[in-house]
Amino acid sequence: MFEKVWQQHVVTEPAGEPTIVYIDLQLVHEVTSPQAFEGLRLSGRPLRHPERHVATVDHNVPTTSIADRLVIADQIANAQVSALRKNCADFGIELFDVQDADQGIVHMIGPELGLTKPGMTIVCGDSHTSTHGAFGALAFGIGTSEVEHVMATQTLPQSKPKSFLIQVEGGPNGSLPAGVTAKDIILDIIGRIGTDGATGYVIEYAGSAIRALSMEGRMTVCNMSIEAGARAGMIAPDETTFAYLNSRRFAPKGAAWDQAVAHWRSLATDPGAAYDRELHIDATSLAPSVTWGTSPGMVTSIDSSVPSLDHARTEADRKSFARAYEYMGIRPGTPIQEIKVDAVFLGSCTNGRIEDLRAAAKVVNGYHVDGAVRAMVVPGSQAVKRQAEAEGLDRIFKSAGFEWREPGCSMCLGMNPDILSPGERCASTSNRNFEGRQGRGGRTHLLSPAMAAAAAITGHFTDVRNWRFKP
Amino acid sequence: MQPINILTSIAAPLPLPNIDTDQIIPKQFLKRIERTGYEDFLFYDWRRIQEGPDAGKPDPGFVLNKPEYSGAQILIAERNFGCGSSREHAAWAIAQFGFRAVIAPSFADIFFSNAGKNGIILAALSEAEVQTLLERCTSNPRYRITVNLEAQTVSDEQGFRAGFPMDPFRKHCLLNGLDDIGLTLLHEDKLNAYESQRRHAFWLDPKPQNA
Repeated sequence: MFEKVWQQHVVTEPAGEPTIVYIDLQLVHEVTSPQAFEGLRLSGRPLRHPERHVATVDHNVPTTSIADRLVIADQIANAQVSALRKNCADFGIELFDVQDADQGIVHMIGPELGLTKPGMTIVCGDSHTSTHGAFGALAFGIGTSEVEHVMATQTLPQSKPKSFLIQVEGGPNGSLPAGVTAKDIILDIIGRIGTDGATGYVIEYAGSAIRALSMEGRMTVCNMSIEAGARAGMIAPDETTFAYLNSRRFAPKGAAWDQAVAHWRSLATDPGAAYDRELHIDATSLAPSVTWGTSPGMVTSIDSSVPSLDHARTEADRKSFARAYEYMGIRPGTPIQEIKVDAVFLGSCTNGRIEDLRAAAKVVNGYHVDGAVRAMVVPGSQAVKRQAEAEGLDRIFKSAGFEWREPGCSMCLGMNPDILSPGERCASTSNRNFEGRQGRGGRTHLLSPAMAAAAAITGHFTDVRNWRFKP
Repeated sequence: MQPINILTSIAAPLPLPNIDTDQIIPKQFLKRIERTGYEDFLFYDWRRIQEGPDAGKPDPGFVLNKPEYSGAQILIAERNFGCGSSREHAAWAIAQFGFRAVIAPSFADIFFSNAGKNGIILAALSEAEVQTLLERCTSNPRYRITVNLEAQTVSDEQGFRAGFPMDPFRKHCLLNGLDDIGLTLLHEDKLNAYESQRRHAFWLDPKPQNA
């Protein structure tokens, strides 16, 4: 599949230079674009295809209230959002602004609007662009110089990555063990291969457990490909993909839909295709996962303990482990379930979708957040927020003591006011547990939405497989 | 982009693997709309004391705060340097602080690309070679290393010499300080031809006419 998508986007392969690859869609947000627009102005270059660019505001917008979002108190953040508005107006790019019914995290709205389609090449100045690979698109994060490059040429010079097949087999019909989710699959993969295990590769996820995942689950898996160092993650499009896309705003309609589906079907990997590397995972042996350290690869299962130094594979890992114990304020050998949390964050481009909120609400229903915990839900987009409110999920969260916020990246990276205080420990459905990621000195543990919800209720990490769900 | 070829300098050791771009430049500095002025924010939190009465003051134990390493143009770290976020601000901060080369056993993909566009040489050596350099520059802050881009070598005055891989095109751009966009636009005829031959492929359009 990767090979076919790549070949269809080769503009030219000049001798002695990287391949020039055509980019079908560039997604734009406020943080990594201002210097790119400025570069175009300074060089006097036009933006080649405004219709292949779509923008939104997500990284630094407040999530507290509509009023706080319309006038951002942080002057520097406000200037950045204002710059995006001006740049989109000047260069003719459609912007889903903060008050728009379709605003949301950039990796949420692409799929929701049907902008993201199988077989496309998609880039964005954000590493979690890999999310869109769930549709069989080749999608990857780029830096600001490359953002400018795509604006000016609608192409990128790229050396061809290698291919990596990760085959995940589940039980009957691809089923996962109780309490195990897409998040646990990808955390397990990162734990196995390490945060640089897929550097230089595009991962193709396959196998019955992947096929059985919803589009939401597939997006969670592809989203965190970058956390294994991969250039991109991809899943071949199938009936699940087409059912999700059909009738979305920017999906082809009528006869054109059938024609498009026929094309998308042809992208599936041919049987017997060779990969540069392969990994096979038995998903029936997985358990809900929790990260314990400061790298997504520092992960273990809910029923185990913080690993000792003996588990470090190299001398460098030993140093990282020792540093992580200290930063996280955690001792090796501590059972994961004994670790108490101060905050719970439900949201992000990894787990801010409707299915994630449903899974969490199911756990929360009938309970109340532990007295020592502050918990918030930040839907990934306006569409998710509306849907959740229509289903009454907001009432479940609010009556349990969760804050119900406006959409954005929020506490995933703490660029807006949603941050942890030094030493605060957070159960987070996001994607990175780096030092200071959610606020200087903050301690992040990554886990699935249902597991985060359970931790919010009990005040410590809790095995959701033993949860007493209330009707 | 400033051309670069041969660089001889003292080197600052950062002996940790998986140094992510959130450490290189924390998120609060990503709100700026400028491309310059990031040098003071490089490793912002690591440069400061985190706890106690002196919290917020420069941490004298951090390598970039040590006067003996002042002026180092080479940074040495362990594997998977620059992982995480795509923020090019990480490359801007490193370059604007004064580093022109980073030596490590491996680099994350997006950072690798960003560094190349900002005139920074990334020299990937073996784990053992990096350990040797880390030991030498840790024990002797005046220890000098030469990075030769043309020859693709890292060497010192004590007989150390190791080669590093470098894509020929990237090398050409670094040596000559070339802007990629201009180079791509040299192929504009091919680009026009490509766009016109797939004009019918509406299934690859973000917003097709028939949506």
